[in-house]
Formats: sequence, structure tokens, C-alpha cells
Amino acid sequence: MDFIRIITNHYDALLTGAMMTALISGISICLGMVLGLNLAFGLISKHWPIQRFCAGYRSLLRGTPMLVQLFIVFYLLPKIGLDVPSIVAAIIALTMNTTAFQAEIYRGGLLTIPPGQVEAARMLGIKTQTIRIRIIIPQLFRLVLPSLVNETIAILKNSSLISVIAVTELMRTGQQIVAVTFRPLEVYIIAAGIYLTMNISLAKLGSFAEGRLAIGTRS
Amino acid sequence: MDFDMIARYAPLLLQGLWATIYITALASVIAIGLGLAVSLLNATPFRAMRWLCRIYIEAMRGTPILIILFIIYYGGPSIGFTFDAEPTGIIGLGIYGGGYFAEIFRAGFQSIPEGHIEAAQMLGIPKSRIITRIKIPQMLTLIIPPVTNQVILLLKESAVLSIITVAELTKNTTGMVAETFAVVEPYVIVALLYWAVVESISFLGRYLERKISYA
Repeated sequence: MDFIRIITNHYDALLTGAMMTALISGISICLGMVLGLNLAFGLISKHWPIQRFCAGYRSLLRGTPMLVQLFIVFYLLPKIGLDVPSIVAAIIALTMNTTAFQAEIYRGGLLTIPPGQVEAARMLGIKTQTIRIRIIIPQLFRLVLPSLVNETIAILKNSSLISVIAVTELMRTGQQIVAVTFRPLEVYIIAAGIYLTMNISLAKLGSFAEGRLAIGTRS
Repeated sequence: MDFDMIARYAPLLLQGLWATIYITALASVIAIGLGLAVSLLNATPFRAMRWLCRIYIEAMRGTPILIILFIIYYGGPSIGFTFDAEPTGIIGLGIYGGGYFAEIFRAGFQSIPEGHIEAAQMLGIPKSRIITRIKIPQMLTLIIPPVTNQVILLLKESAVLSIITVAELTKNTTGMVAETFAVVEPYVIVALLYWAVVESISFLGRYLERKISYA
């Protein structure tokens, strides 16, 4: 068991891999936030074609494995003439996936916002767009923060799958180190430790932010 | 859509679908057993035991399933654990799911009113009977929705087993892609098959919930 030697010899590679994992997950989560909010408003829309379409998207993306979604994006994009690098395909697939999950989180949050607030804003003649941005969304994030942290952790974990389409993130870096050291057990345990550290930090950060945002709501 | 090709590969896909279903079922059984055991151990007064349970739960919830499978499948042989891909996949998925089920059971146990347990203790019912006759039956009705969700999650995670060469639905589909060079038909079909199974499980979950809940 030479964990120390593997870590010191491959420190740079592991760090780069971890950064790549964090970056790709971060981009996907942020894009998914914007798209997910739109999808959530679509899910509660009164226009049935919009509502049906959004519900169909959510159901399909939540009902199929991430790996299959990744393959579909990766192999279908070139078919329709979009030759994108695998990292872009990975971000698209992760974003499409998290959009559906985040939309469901936001929809749950939207239901708990008192309808009286929206009605009052309407009476005052505030535009729908402004109501959403200035009244609903700020409250929404406080409500959904715990679920959002869980979703971020899920995406960080799912991002390990993009190693199969040759994106050099943490998982693939691990495989490359195994190829030169022939030490699968140690290397993969180290990689698992890095994932675990990132996820536990995220969870801690989430509960810290939750405590901070709750100030003012406590009686 | 080339329906001839789909018809030709239908047996392969159906065999993969069946493998995915039984792998998920076996892994769920392991995960539920392990999760229940861990949640019970986590409620014992021994601090070291609780600590171990916490580490297990956090480790499973914080690491990707792919890396757990790689540790067992590629790392296992160096400490004498050599299994075929399929048992490795089932065991890996089971151990991984156990961490999630332990949290579900913990939440379930916590939502049982304290008074029920105190009343049982006053009546002199032994501790093991309180668990089997009072805690578990009440908890089961509470946790059907999260358990259904978790089984669906395990079904979707089982696609990852294809990476360690388990012949399940996703693996058979990639095989079909490699032979036919078609990508649209195989992946659309496989997505629809997974979707159908997921919807069936959630339908079954809702049915059970209606059937069992007496409140």
C-alpha cells in the first residue's frame, strides 16, 4: 500500500483532474439553474402545450440513465452535423439532465410561495417577468437550497461518467495513473477520497449558507 | 428508424432488459438489507459503532458508483477478491445503495411517535420485539415513496455496470451500435425501455402506497 507515493508522484494530475471535475459540474449546474427555472415555470404554465412539453421533457430525462443520455448526446450530435469536442458534449448532457431535476426542485419550491404575494404584485401592475425575478426567485432559492445542494452533489458524482467519452476529469485521470502504476486499488481509493472531500465540503457549505439565509425568517 | 434492424436485435435487447431488471432487483435486496442493518446499528448506544455507520453512509453517498465498482472490480484482485463482472456489479450496486437506504430508514424510524415506543417499553415488551413489531411495520408504510425513488435510482445507476462489461441493457445496446454502426435506433429504443421500466416501478410504488397506508 503506497498511497503517499502515488499522491506525491501524481499530485499535479490529480489536482488538474479534480479541478476539471469541479469546473464541468459547476458549469452544468449553473446552466441547469437558468434552464431549470424556465422549465419549472413551464411546468406550472396554464397553456397546456407548454405544460405537456415540459412535463414530457422532465419525465424522459428523469426516467433514463445518465449514461444513456450521455451516449445519445455524444453520438447524435455528429449525426446532425454538430461536431463538438467531447467536453462540450459532456457539458450538454449533464446540463440537460440537471435541468430536469432542478426544474422539479423549483416546481416544489414554487408551490410553497404564498399565492397572495403574486396576486398583490399583479394588483400593483408589476409585470410577470419582474414578479418572477424580483419576488419569486429570491425567495425560491432560500426554500430549495438543501435540495439544490443535493442535486449539485449528484451531478458531481455523475460527472465521473463522462470519463467514458474521453474527457480527462478526475475519474479518467485515475485510470491514466493506474495505467502507469498498476495500482488500481490505491489509485481508485485516492480518487474516491477526493470525490468524497469535494462532496462533504459542498454539503457543509450548503448548511452554512442555509443558516445564513435563514436569518430574518426565524421568529 | 430501421425497424428491421430493431427486430433483428430485439432478442439481444430483451435479454439485456431482463438482466438489468434482475440485477436491479438483487442489488435492491442487498441494499435494503444492508441499509436496515446499518440504520439499526446507527441507533445503538455504542459510539464507535455509530461512527462506523456514519462513515459508511457518507462514503457511499459521496462517491460515484463508477469508482466504487472500479475499486471492487480492478482493485479487489490485489487483496484477493476476484469476482466476475456481474456479481461485482450486483454487490457494488448493493453496497452503494445501502448507504442511501440507511438514511431512508433512519428518517422513517425518526418519524415514529416517541409515545408508541415508550408505551411498548412500559408494557414490558422486549427491545427486539419493539423493533420487529412496532418500529418496522410503522416505518414501512412511511417509507414507500422514498424507497420507490431509490429503487428507480439504482435501476438507472445499473447502466454504469456496462462500463465494467456486465451484459445488461446498456452494454448490449453498445454492442448493437458497434455491429450496426447505427446510433439513433439503438439509443432511442434503450431510452424508451428504461423509461418504461422506471414508469412501471413508480406506478407500482403508488399502488403499494394506496394499498398499505391505513391512515
